[in-house]
Amino acid sequence: MPDTLGAALLIARKDLAIEFRTRTAFFSAVVFALLAIVIFFFAWDPTAVAASDLAPGVLWVIFTFSGLLGLHRSFGVEMADRALDGLLGAPVPRHAIYLGKAMANLVFVLAIEVIAVPAVALFYDMPLGGAKSVAALAALMILAAIGLVAVGTLFAAMSVNTRLGELMLPMLSLPFFVPIVIPAAQTTARLLAGRPVSESIGWLKILVAFDLVFVAACTMAFPHTIED
Amino acid sequence: MTDTATRNPLGSHAASDAVRPAARATFDWLFVVAVLAVIATFIRAIYFTPIEALQGPAQKIYYVHPPSAWVAFLAFGIVAIASLGYLWMKDMRLDRLAESSAEVGVVFTTITLMTGSLWGKPIWGTWWTWDARLTSTLFLWFIYVGYLILRGAIEDHGMRARYSAVLGILGSLLIPFIHLSVYLFRTLHPMPIIGKPSKPSLPNDMLETFLLAFCSFTLLYVALLRARYRLATDRAALEAEEGR
Amino acid sequence: MEADALVRAFGHRRAVNGLSFALDAGECLAVFGPNGAGKTTLLRVLAGLLRPTQGRAIVSGVPLPGGPEARRRIGFISHASMLYAALTARENVELAARLFGVPDPRAATARALDAMRMTPRADTPVRALSRGMQQRVSIARAMVHDPHVVLLDEPFTGLDASGAAALSNALGVLRGSGAALVLVTHNLDEGLALATHAAIMTGGTFVRYEPRAAIDPRAYAESYRNLVALDA
Repeated sequence: MPDTLGAALLIARKDLAIEFRTRTAFFSAVVFALLAIVIFFFAWDPTAVAASDLAPGVLWVIFTFSGLLGLHRSFGVEMADRALDGLLGAPVPRHAIYLGKAMANLVFVLAIEVIAVPAVALFYDMPLGGAKSVAALAALMILAAIGLVAVGTLFAAMSVNTRLGELMLPMLSLPFFVPIVIPAAQTTARLLAGRPVSESIGWLKILVAFDLVFVAACTMAFPHTIED
Repeated sequence: MTDTATRNPLGSHAASDAVRPAARATFDWLFVVAVLAVIATFIRAIYFTPIEALQGPAQKIYYVHPPSAWVAFLAFGIVAIASLGYLWMKDMRLDRLAESSAEVGVVFTTITLMTGSLWGKPIWGTWWTWDARLTSTLFLWFIYVGYLILRGAIEDHGMRARYSAVLGILGSLLIPFIHLSVYLFRTLHPMPIIGKPSKPSLPNDMLETFLLAFCSFTLLYVALLRARYRLATDRAALEAEEGR
Repeated sequence: MEADALVRAFGHRRAVNGLSFALDAGECLAVFGPNGAGKTTLLRVLAGLLRPTQGRAIVSGVPLPGGPEARRRIGFISHASMLYAALTARENVELAARLFGVPDPRAATARALDAMRMTPRADTPVRALSRGMQQRVSIARAMVHDPHVVLLDEPFTGLDASGAAALSNALGVLRGSGAALVLVTHNLDEGLALATHAAIMTGGTFVRYEPRAAIDPRAYAESYRNLVALDA
């Protein structure tokens, strides 16, 4: 019998294989992100605020909303034909299902960001700084994505079983994304202004704490959402 | 005024509350006492407590805002603890307790937000301010509303109890993070200095009214919680009879 | 497999209401009954997907739901295919093989697909397969790990003659190697053909439960029709 990590990897690979075959969700999310980036640009008065000042905020708002799109499909695929029963009937620990789906979602979200970040940099005249700054931004992105995916995967599992599931997921998740977005946006703004990472340590600590607390809490809560 | 309404425990609950729906035709005296206590507090606050020098009559909201904030967070604490208890013991009574506390709590949270706004306008000149406490209260409100909407969207009782319990617990973990993030945000982004008296050393008269307000609001919470819980129990008993 | 005074309630509604049976290796219990009798719920409890509200269910000595140990011994075939439409038949079955810890997943997958005569279409995405073919893949998926107990919920629905033959064959092989079967079906003929024991379920319990040998098909059909009419 596969252990937790092995099972989680199997499930993650399966999710990504399905996503790769169909690609619809990914492309929709990317197109949505690009459109939103453009719309936000025109929504502001360029004489009042410089585009590059807006950029960090826009980046992280896009992050949450396209993240939601990705999360939603994550359990949709299990509900069709009740494939989830197949997973539940297998001798894998319940939280392996959670971890597997969360990992797949993480890849999905990061893949969207790989396109969204350069797009924001391009459209908003956002200086990405040197390699170090880009690396820091990437690390920040990963930390934030972990938090988003931890909470979002759990709520996606719940939403798919409720009425109005598509509305339920954002309604439940967005309050939880706020302690991710605030540190992330603040740190991004500082990084892009060329300030050293050490200035953002406070924010990063909050983000790491959030990740630790919620990955643990959601992993423990997950079995309660699928089993009775 | 000397009365501090006597506080009573949650009333007598029979061990298996599922079996005695109709026996309670009696007057809900706890509720009446609580309401009287709150009214007494207001009367004292308006007529018998001096007007604060700096802020004028508007300061009197101070006797409503922090007490209802306290109840709002207390109610959520109960929701969180009942949720944990439910997931551990799977006793539907805990689910009913959580549901009741959430409904009462959301009302107090709304009152807190509104009184905060009403207080802010004359004092600071703005209807809203993003300080850590008010923002945390706002997010508490979002969690409450999410909790109640989630419950409304699930038919199966078992699933509803489990899902709302999960949300209740996660929500209680969220609030500290919100508070911390906003606090750090404000510390690094100096905003107009708010001259809000946080923990002032109040003269005795005001302090007494203040404490009275806390007690009467808490009493009101307990009374409402108990009434709402009884309603939940009655409803469950009714559904059992209907064979649902 | 064994059930003892099994009860499964949803709120106050008892879908399974005090049900008992015992099944040894190689035996097959056919459960007949009208819609809403609780047959699907019963299977889901036996599959470890639902927890009994009262009473017990045991598989190979392990009480259900039991966790991974119990689930490893069970194969479950339901109405829904439980397949991923975007993946191929082979990928679906191989995923199951790996999740169940089967020693040589590729080979086991090939065997299972072959037993259900799906080898020629094994690398087609499930979504491109007909309902009957999907059913066959579901069955292959449920049996790839050599379960001790196989639970089947109306498995013959949607199968053509060739598929039905493949299924009967596969079930026969499983029984031969010692698996126990619980088969829920509307179809008395198919059920009685495979069964060593038969039960009629209405309102959450077995109103009739006896060995197959004691059954005369015609009288049974008559009795079944009456019982179903009563319950309707």
